[in-house]
Amino acid sequence: MSDIAISIKGLYKIFGKHPEKAVQYVKDGMSKADLLEKHNHVLGLKNINIDIPAHKISVIMGLSGSGKSTLIRHINRLIEPTKGSINAYGEDVLLMSKDELREFRRHKASMVFQKFGLHVHKTVAENVAYGLVIQGTSLDQAKSDSHKWLERVGLDGFEDYYPAQLSGGMQQRVGLARALATDADILLMDEAFSALDPLIKADMQDILLGLQKELNKTIVFITHDLDEALRIGDSIAILRDGEVIQQGDPQAIILKPEDDYIVDFIQDINRGRIIRIKSIMNKGNSVDGPSFHQNDVLEDVLPGVVASSNHIANVTNDNGDIIGSIELKEIANAIAKPAVENNTNTNYK
Amino acid sequence: MSFFDKFPSMSRDELLDFKKNVDSGFSEFTGEYGEAIEAFFDPLLWFLVWFEKLLLSTPWPIILFIVGALAWAGSRSIKIVIGAILAFVAIGYFGMWVDTISTLAIVSVATLICIAIGIPMGILMARSKYAQALVTPLLDIMQTIPAFVYLIPVVMLLGIGKVPGLIAVCIYALPPIVRLTNLGIRLVSKEALEAADAFGASYRQRLFGVQIPLALPNIFAGINQTIMMALSMVVITSMIGVAGLGVPVLRSISNQYLALGLLNGLAIVALAIIFDRVTQEYGKRLQKHRYGDHS
Repeated sequence: MSDIAISIKGLYKIFGKHPEKAVQYVKDGMSKADLLEKHNHVLGLKNINIDIPAHKISVIMGLSGSGKSTLIRHINRLIEPTKGSINAYGEDVLLMSKDELREFRRHKASMVFQKFGLHVHKTVAENVAYGLVIQGTSLDQAKSDSHKWLERVGLDGFEDYYPAQLSGGMQQRVGLARALATDADILLMDEAFSALDPLIKADMQDILLGLQKELNKTIVFITHDLDEALRIGDSIAILRDGEVIQQGDPQAIILKPEDDYIVDFIQDINRGRIIRIKSIMNKGNSVDGPSFHQNDVLEDVLPGVVASSNHIANVTNDNGDIIGSIELKEIANAIAKPAVENNTNTNYK
Repeated sequence: MSFFDKFPSMSRDELLDFKKNVDSGFSEFTGEYGEAIEAFFDPLLWFLVWFEKLLLSTPWPIILFIVGALAWAGSRSIKIVIGAILAFVAIGYFGMWVDTISTLAIVSVATLICIAIGIPMGILMARSKYAQALVTPLLDIMQTIPAFVYLIPVVMLLGIGKVPGLIAVCIYALPPIVRLTNLGIRLVSKEALEAADAFGASYRQRLFGVQIPLALPNIFAGINQTIMMALSMVVITSMIGVAGLGVPVLRSISNQYLALGLLNGLAIVALAIIFDRVTQEYGKRLQKHRYGDHS
């Protein structure tokens, strides 16, 4: 449906003295723990294969130590891989020369950091202009060129403040404006909102979603927060111990978790507020009942379905055409938490 | 057993020969290259003499004005400006004006040389751990070896005068600026550097745009220390013929002139305090933006 912007294939990263040797052990099936114990190498990433669609928000999720921050740093090669390829717009990032890589970072991929990474000796305006200055624009020109981004993130009037004078949320807006100002198509966001408190975090998510509607950037968003992933992600990949264990549509991950680890992960989310009716509807003809839009979430349609005489409702698309139907018991089933099997074989803890 | 009573050492003759060889070796080296080395330092001598003459030929009110202006530029504190001017007035009133200007000249030039050599050296050390492993022991030697010991070869090579004095000052005063430049750059936060890398900064953009500006408060502490150490060498350099406040101090030691020694000693202290306060205030202003005060 959509173009692939970044294609990661067979990516391995092993930290240690002889990573090439260690890759073979991992390929032969050695676990992360054994690799550390027997060979004193740390497995960072194992056989990662992800296609990141253009102009969408792709979330990579995992708990700390799962390798998600390592993975995002491979896309602009802040970390060198041990093995594999990363194709961005037809070019393999991992084969680029130093100069090519610098150009790639300057024009094609910008980044937002968990701890903001602002330059404390520069004013807000200078920070936002940084990417343009690095590209070779004069500071004054860069400041005026990047000013609209300061306005877009709601920091008009703060040009001459220093980062230390701003709150965390405001500092990250500076970080976001700085990343947007270079006009790079790829936006790498490494736990960009994780350091912020919940209200500010929701605020920043709104800002990002609002900007994305217009800008259509290719965003790779790293987070450990499932609610955040579900809220902003067009697709989600879940990482554990350096391996992708499930990737795809967020709805599919909630409705069909492939792994006990993921079942555990999605335990505490509010399913009624996240699952959309199109994900569980039955395609087919119209039925006798109220109509709801396909992107409505279960929670919103539930009262209407309960009130209808047959406990059934129609699902419509953007044009108002009926594309399927949904029954009360299906809604109830979807809202119910999936059972966690008390399987002693689960080895993820 | 006699072996344990006395440490086994070279025989007297062997030791004598060894020392003689080193001495004559160095003498030969001096004879061979002394003039060339002296010629190498000629521009430095010329600059130092020119600078000293310039200061001495400037009318004293203008010097007072410059002192006040520099103190203001550095500290933005009227108290420090008044203190500096009063100190210079007292120095002049007690007849130490010329010696003080001479000292000021050599300390300024020595500081400039130390900055010119020390900051690049510190950057190199921060960049490579090999450079750091090599330079650190060298700095340790420079800081701890008694000044008289390196005065010997310097004087043998260049005779007595301003240039060997300047070299002696620089050997002693260089280490702090090198160390603190190195430290300052190494302390720059990883996040700030990663951001620079992620936006495609080149080595130069990284160094001059991020590392040096963020290390500046530390570099400035290094400059402050370098100035203080240069001032503390004033008396020692007077022993090899450098004019300045050290000369009367040396005279008062050999003749037990209490008042003369005290006055000139206090003049050195006054210079040190002025330099220290001004550079420290400047350093503080450099890092004001790091803290959340709304300026």
